[in-house]
Amino acid sequence: MSKANKKRSRLIFRGVVLLLLAAAILFSIFSKDKVEVLAVGDKAPDFELVDLDGNKHRLSDYAGEGVFLNFWGTWCPPCKREMPYIENQYQAFKEKGVHVLSVNIAESNLKVDTFRDQYGLTFPIVIDKNKDVKELYNILPLPTTLLIDKDGRITKVITAEMTEKEIISYMESIQP
Amino acid sequence: MSKIKCQCGHDNPFGTVLCEKCGRPMTEEAKKSEVVDMRYEGSARRSQTYKRSIIDKIWNFFSSVKVGVGIIIAVLATSAIGTLFPQKLYVPVNQDSPAELLAYYERLYGIIGTLYYKLGFYDMYNSWWFKILIGMLGTSIIIASVDRVIPLYKSLKKQRTKRHASFMKRQRIYGAGLSGDAGSSLAKAEEKLKNMKYNVKTEDGAILAEKNRFSRWGPYVNHTGLIIFLFGVLLRGIPGFYVDQTMWIREGELRSIPGAPDYYLENKDFILETYSKEEADEVFGEAIDRVGTIVKSYQTDVSLYKKKEDSLPGSTDLEHVKDYPIVVNKPLKFDGYNIFQMDYRLAELKSMTMQLIEKKTGKSFGQFTIDLDDPEGVYELNDGARVDLIGYYADYDGVENGEPVSKSPIPNNPAFIFDMITPEKPNGEKSFVAIRQTLETEENAYQVKFVSAETRDISGLTIRKDKTLYILLLGGLIFMIGVIQGSYWNHRRIWIQKGEGEELLIAAHTNKNWFSLKKDLNAVKEFADLPKYEDRLDNESSSEEEEGEK
Repeated sequence: MSKANKKRSRLIFRGVVLLLLAAAILFSIFSKDKVEVLAVGDKAPDFELVDLDGNKHRLSDYAGEGVFLNFWGTWCPPCKREMPYIENQYQAFKEKGVHVLSVNIAESNLKVDTFRDQYGLTFPIVIDKNKDVKELYNILPLPTTLLIDKDGRITKVITAEMTEKEIISYMESIQP
Repeated sequence: MSKIKCQCGHDNPFGTVLCEKCGRPMTEEAKKSEVVDMRYEGSARRSQTYKRSIIDKIWNFFSSVKVGVGIIIAVLATSAIGTLFPQKLYVPVNQDSPAELLAYYERLYGIIGTLYYKLGFYDMYNSWWFKILIGMLGTSIIIASVDRVIPLYKSLKKQRTKRHASFMKRQRIYGAGLSGDAGSSLAKAEEKLKNMKYNVKTEDGAILAEKNRFSRWGPYVNHTGLIIFLFGVLLRGIPGFYVDQTMWIREGELRSIPGAPDYYLENKDFILETYSKEEADEVFGEAIDRVGTIVKSYQTDVSLYKKKEDSLPGSTDLEHVKDYPIVVNKPLKFDGYNIFQMDYRLAELKSMTMQLIEKKTGKSFGQFTIDLDDPEGVYELNDGARVDLIGYYADYDGVENGEPVSKSPIPNNPAFIFDMITPEKPNGEKSFVAIRQTLETEENAYQVKFVSAETRDISGLTIRKDKTLYILLLGGLIFMIGVIQGSYWNHRRIWIQKGEGEELLIAAHTNKNWFSLKKDLNAVKEFADLPKYEDRLDNESSSEEEEGEK
């Protein structure tokens, strides 16, 4: 092998080794310990839950339309505060192809029923009885809201209380 | 960069200290020194050659042992600091709230605690800078090893039997002198060394006896083990390779298992057994007297369910897999997962039994039981009376804006608003009932009275899955093989060759344990009538040896 050739192959060897090692370090930094964490841009995994009236709701039922997926609990104060705003905007957007699907985490039917009547909510409320969807979506704080566009992709994950203005702009963003 | 040509005609790479072939010193420093440094056989470390592109510069940086030691010290120091205060994982506050975490460290450890938090030591094993440090350590191990093991291998392979006198002279163990008959001495030495299980090579009046060269590869085998280990740890970041989760599950609850998608667990019963006085008398009778009770076993009886293949998450269409009693150290095993019994809480409220009475007469309309997880709206009682549950607050925490508030969905402090409908008061009477507290807007004729409460236990379980375990085991095994290989065997070489006339030169080298090398050499010397030698770095012990022989 000529000298120049040798030098070139050494450079390639070293470059490749260093690149692999750098990739390994970056991977270890950006990989999470959680099994699967949903991120913006991911396909929202399908699920099937039963609402207060016994009807089954699948996320895939809303394919082609925007979904405003809200996880909440009756005991959580910010959830209570944003509920009336969500109801208002549900009314405003339901004809425009944006749906609200509200997932209560494992509470009793009575509790959720009372809550719905108290706040006069008309959008579908499903209960995640065995915390399956909560694990699937890795929901930690309540309320957490996911915006899902018409292609079924997650466009935003909101882990805080929302104002009515924010809710309007979020719903506009997923309007097909 | 040019090659260095030795007088023997061999082309050595730039940076060589001792000629790969004949051992002549190549550098001014080596020429001047009495005893030459034999590390890596005086071969050129590969990285010394080129210092041109940025890649070569980075390579050279990691090739340096000094840098490697620096990284090790940094890892040690930061790891040590990380043990000063508890890590985030062991802190009993909300793991996802930075404010609560900061407050915790501040409250317990003051300014140092705040600093500890701000600098990221509170979760350091997951911090980016610690991962970079470990990554740099791995890089350093790989590059420094590659740069040394290849030249070492080459020069040990290329070494000539007959060395130049200047190489012999610069060895730590060296001797020269006249022998009666150089030829027969050499022949005898060869015979003796072969008996002592040396590999003996001869060339033109010179002998090279060598033993246990493989011991030189020990450190590199050891490093390979380390790299495999680090690689295994790295794999844990890939989804599905490593799961370490905890879950609290109440008796009677069925819920999905965190970290194990498609699987569900039902807690049938938690059983805490303690030793009875009789059975424990002989062994821990005294201990029971002293501490009260001693636990015999912690057990959770569970049922495992799997989601049916075509059903979606959230659906209740489940398939029963098996029942199993989880006991400490006897985990439930399925599909690579292990579920361990880790913790428990006893006696959480499960249901409450109440009765409706007429205050004046104390007449009861019967009892009803409220399931605190799934209360009903209406409880029908005797004589046409009923109680409507119009408000339920599982974890009652006072009144806010004229409305009772629950601070969590867990029934720690249940409170109820009842509407009592009786034949006498068909429009109902409202009353707010919490533990040890009854509020009425106006004086009622009827009252819901607490009768009893039923409790249930909660099991704390840990879900583990580790596909990297065997990789870590392999890494550890190779690591140990390398340590043993390098520690229990020594690479020994003895050179004997003819000098001028009947003069004989002897030299010897080992990577460790010079005492045994000298013992070997003494045996050969005695047998073959070789000249005296001296250990030029260890005069003290050689003189001691002579004293011992007297």
